Amino acid sequence: MKRGSFRDFLEGCQNAIPICLGYIAVSFAFGIEASKIGMTTFQAAMTSLLNVTSAGQFSALELIARNGSFVELAILQFIINLRYMLMSTALSQRLGPEVNTLQRMGISYGVTDEIFAVSIFKRGKLYPMFSYGLIATSVFGWVFGTVLGAVAGQILPQIFISCLGLAIYGMFIAIIVPDTRTNKVIAAVVIIAMAMSAVFTYAPVLKMISSGFRIIIVTVVVALGAAIIAPVKEESHE
Amino acid sequence: MNKVYLYILLMAGVTYLIRALPLTLIRREIKSNLIKSFLHYVPYATLAAMTFPAILSATDYMISSIVGFAVALFLALNKKSLLTVAGASCFAAFIVELFLIP
Repeated sequence: MKRGSFRDFLEGCQNAIPICLGYIAVSFAFGIEASKIGMTTFQAAMTSLLNVTSAGQFSALELIARNGSFVELAILQFIINLRYMLMSTALSQRLGPEVNTLQRMGISYGVTDEIFAVSIFKRGKLYPMFSYGLIATSVFGWVFGTVLGAVAGQILPQIFISCLGLAIYGMFIAIIVPDTRTNKVIAAVVIIAMAMSAVFTYAPVLKMISSGFRIIIVTVVVALGAAIIAPVKEESHE
Repeated sequence: MNKVYLYILLMAGVTYLIRALPLTLIRREIKSNLIKSFLHYVPYATLAAMTFPAILSATDYMISSIVGFAVALFLALNKKSLLTVAGASCFAAFIVELFLIP
């Protein structure tokens, strides 16, 4: 079966539960901010549904609030979201040649940091149906949280919002850390990338680089360095 | 405020193109071993860079973030599932905020 089955869809949904929870927390904050600058609940929800990108959306709010130019918005989104290009390229290697353009366009809609993380580390074949399950569940959380935040910023106690913020990072850690025990190169990649990211976050001058670019720079430098020093011999994802 | 809709559609368009171009255009398996190896390491480097140090400010208090981080690391090193790690990490931070912060 080329697309995968309903079971793959459900498996995708199940895998997206931590993403969904994390997204509710993050997009809740987005909903509050969006209503603060005068967006309607519908506009906030539409932004979340069509963009599904946290850093991109938050940065756009500031620009929309001060009535910035369209060109500026386009460039801003391009820079902040350029990392998705890297992720899409990596993801393209996980899809079989039989996955057609329409399905690829569907999967493209949901290339976010979190959905990418789960898709790329999926054991075995990556079916479009699995991706759709991931995307549907995650986007539901993303839009639902936005609406919740826009409608009733006070409904959920702050302590829950605060703690749910960890869900996404907990998930990232669960994905990358186990492999560091069996593969020294991966352990080095993870530790060096974290250290470099910390330097870029706190060091003078370097900290002026946007978070989107910081991630691109760290990824390219560390992954390229690892590829040169320790090339991978065989397909290791399958 | 109709301009808002133009803003939303414009950013959605730009973001979608970034995502869709590589996925729709790169159809064949990349043969270069260097690029293959690079792409193999990309997710580890990206996720690591996104996690740290951002995780330190994931919650309202750095102390609950650090505890959540430590719990996640410990459970992940013991190969616990995604849900367990994410859930326990949030729960640990919750306990810290509930009892330790006035």
